[in-house]
Amino acid sequence: MKAVTGNLLSNGRVVYLAADDHWTERLEDAMLLDDADAEPVLAAAKSRIREIANAYLIDAENGAATGQKALRETIRASGPSVRKDLGKQAEPRS
Amino acid sequence: MATLKFTDGELAPCREDRATEITLAEWREGARPEAGRFALALPNDAALDEVAHALARFDAIILHFPTFKDGRALSQARLLRARYGFAGEIRARGEVLPDQAFFMARAGFDAFEIDCEAIESFRTALSAFSCVYQRSSDDRAPVYARRAATRAAAA
Amino acid sequence: MYRYDEFDETIVRERIAEFRGQVARRLSGALTEDQFKPLRLMNGLYLQLHAYMLRVAIPYGTLSSRQMRRLAHIARKYDKGYGHMTTRQNIQFNWPALVDVPDILEELADVEMHAIQTSGNCIRNVTSDQYAGAAADEIEDPRPWCEIIRQWSTLHPEFSYLPRKFKIAVTASAHDRAAVRVHDIGLRLHRNAEGKTGFEVIVGGGLGRTPMIGRTIREFLPKEHLLSYLEAIMRVYNLHGRRDNIYKARIKILVHSEGAESFRRAVEDEWSGSDKAAVDPPREEIERIRRYFAPPPFEKLEPESAAFDKARAADAEFARWARVNAAPHKVPGYVIANISLKTPGAPPGDISAAQMEAVADLAERYSFDELRVTHEQNLCLPHVKKDDLYDVYRALKAAGLGAANIGLASDIVACPGLDYCDLANARSIPIAQRLAERFAFSGEEDDIGDLRIKISGCINACGHHHVGHIGVLGVDKKGEEFYQVTLGGSPGEDAALGEIVGRGLSADEVVDAVGRLVDFYKDHRREGERFLDAYRRIGLERFKEALYGDAEIH
Repeated sequence: MKAVTGNLLSNGRVVYLAADDHWTERLEDAMLLDDADAEPVLAAAKSRIREIANAYLIDAENGAATGQKALRETIRASGPSVRKDLGKQAEPRS
Repeated sequence: MATLKFTDGELAPCREDRATEITLAEWREGARPEAGRFALALPNDAALDEVAHALARFDAIILHFPTFKDGRALSQARLLRARYGFAGEIRARGEVLPDQAFFMARAGFDAFEIDCEAIESFRTALSAFSCVYQRSSDDRAPVYARRAATRAAAA
Repeated sequence: MYRYDEFDETIVRERIAEFRGQVARRLSGALTEDQFKPLRLMNGLYLQLHAYMLRVAIPYGTLSSRQMRRLAHIARKYDKGYGHMTTRQNIQFNWPALVDVPDILEELADVEMHAIQTSGNCIRNVTSDQYAGAAADEIEDPRPWCEIIRQWSTLHPEFSYLPRKFKIAVTASAHDRAAVRVHDIGLRLHRNAEGKTGFEVIVGGGLGRTPMIGRTIREFLPKEHLLSYLEAIMRVYNLHGRRDNIYKARIKILVHSEGAESFRRAVEDEWSGSDKAAVDPPREEIERIRRYFAPPPFEKLEPESAAFDKARAADAEFARWARVNAAPHKVPGYVIANISLKTPGAPPGDISAAQMEAVADLAERYSFDELRVTHEQNLCLPHVKKDDLYDVYRALKAAGLGAANIGLASDIVACPGLDYCDLANARSIPIAQRLAERFAFSGEEDDIGDLRIKISGCINACGHHHVGHIGVLGVDKKGEEFYQVTLGGSPGEDAALGEIVGRGLSADEVVDAVGRLVDFYKDHRREGERFLDAYRRIGLERFKEALYGDAEIH
């Protein structure tokens, strides 16, 4: 499955496209798409240039990054592996 | 599209008759400026030596920015002014953004082919900096000359 | 150190106003990200994995206490309380919001700092010897020339849209601490047979995907012609450097493909046809800038200090720190005190806001208000009285900055790697942490001696692995981190590129494998022989056997 991710334009925070077309900060809340459906959703997300600095597809299942870029996307989703006190891993779920 | 041109320090849409353009390829095939206004359009990898002797016969040289990140035409413009003494119009064509207009003007460009609605942003960009560190093709004095002038006035 | 006048300040403020406008246009959608990206990069702003990253220039590595305190303030107010010192005398903040960046730049301008041209395809922050003005082996202070280059290259109308980024480094000592042979242009101030000082001009060095040692295209350039000669090099590069392939766009590729001799002729032709007087700064401007770098009012001191000797005798930890971290100063009774940002187990080059303030206090009190940052991601206090060194040490130790490892195995250079960087293929910091802990905690560091380990998380080589005595390069193999080892590199006057030893190792394997390399060195070195010299004598093959030792073959 795929998810759309990007960084918010105004502050750079890592976000994912959720089912209601909003951006969520949590990978587990991301909308999962069949590979075939992903490209048009990404194109629509990319066109939201006032909200998002970049947008691309990642592989994800069950709220976690998968595939070849899994490590990179896990670090993006949680924070630096060498600073557990920083990033989303250090923030309480709101 | 409009061509903005510096005239007496003011940036305004160009009112002169359009010059007849000759490309470098046409030049190589023998096309030459005759009566009227002529512009030579050069790709940004052209060596200026090839056309140096004929520059004075052109009213304008058009230099190209295939993408705004490609700054070769900045060196071409600088050479046209400093090395070859070209005094006519140097016009920027291609992806010409206001954010580069200041550098282009300093390198020797005095005309810009841009969208009409971008005129205001070009005016703003061209006046973004009141001090410069280098001497270039424009008549701005570098800050070291202004420092010297300040010292001389104080002495 | 240099102080801005009204003109310098105006340029920085106007640049911020311009960038504030560009940010507003981006936020409104008038600029696309593709159009905005080169503009933000030329103001030091990247988008990394977790957030934006702002790279602030520390020109030629010199900082005042006021500037360091402002960096601490920025770290607290706009970031997460720390900064990261890079291999090019910059500091990076890892978490700023785009909307705050114009304000951050204003706060920097208040203390005569900026982020102009710390990224992008333009002339970057000019770097130099961190011991400038203090080194015992220096011909003259290179920093006035660095400042002259800084001003000339700032918002240069012709050279702001180059084929690729462009890095210049300047040194004035026999011992090259600025890595001038691995820069796009390296400048080495030296004295010729007539006793005049001028520049050796080295072009086309660099690391990254295609590492190369620079070639000397001029043995001796009269100093007053520095800028016109640089313009000639830049123009040849701007017009002829490749733009069709980002990986072949650096000047080193042009120098290599044309040949150094042909490149030299093109530069000399360009230079001889140029109006030098229009470009070279007048003598009075050179003198004006030089005056800012006049030596501070050193006291006349005895070369030896009783207080220092007494403290060394009483405190063995201090004695060791002083032996490892202090470097000789040109003025009797003074030393250069290096501050390690490589506390074993901590991310290399990171410094907290509180630590920034602590070292700012020390600079103000003990070092004529001067601090330096080094391209090896450490700091130094350039002018400390031997009498004061024990006080400095105790304050550093209290701030958690007491590591005694400058130039030793745990003084590891590492890029941020996949923990932060958008380009990285593998993590660098965890490898650096594990290696540093291994060598520091085993107590064998002093015995190992001079050993430079450098780690990059991708081929772009921000961790300078090519010039590590031991280099480690992180690669991605089907989604897994692997590490390739290179041996025999050096960034200094004996510059050399490391040789790739062989296949990559896993994160677990590479730590032990580097340990085996060091053990092999200890078993086979001659009396007083450094790791690098032993490697050069013994050769790759036998070190390779040691590296792979009992590791499983994949």
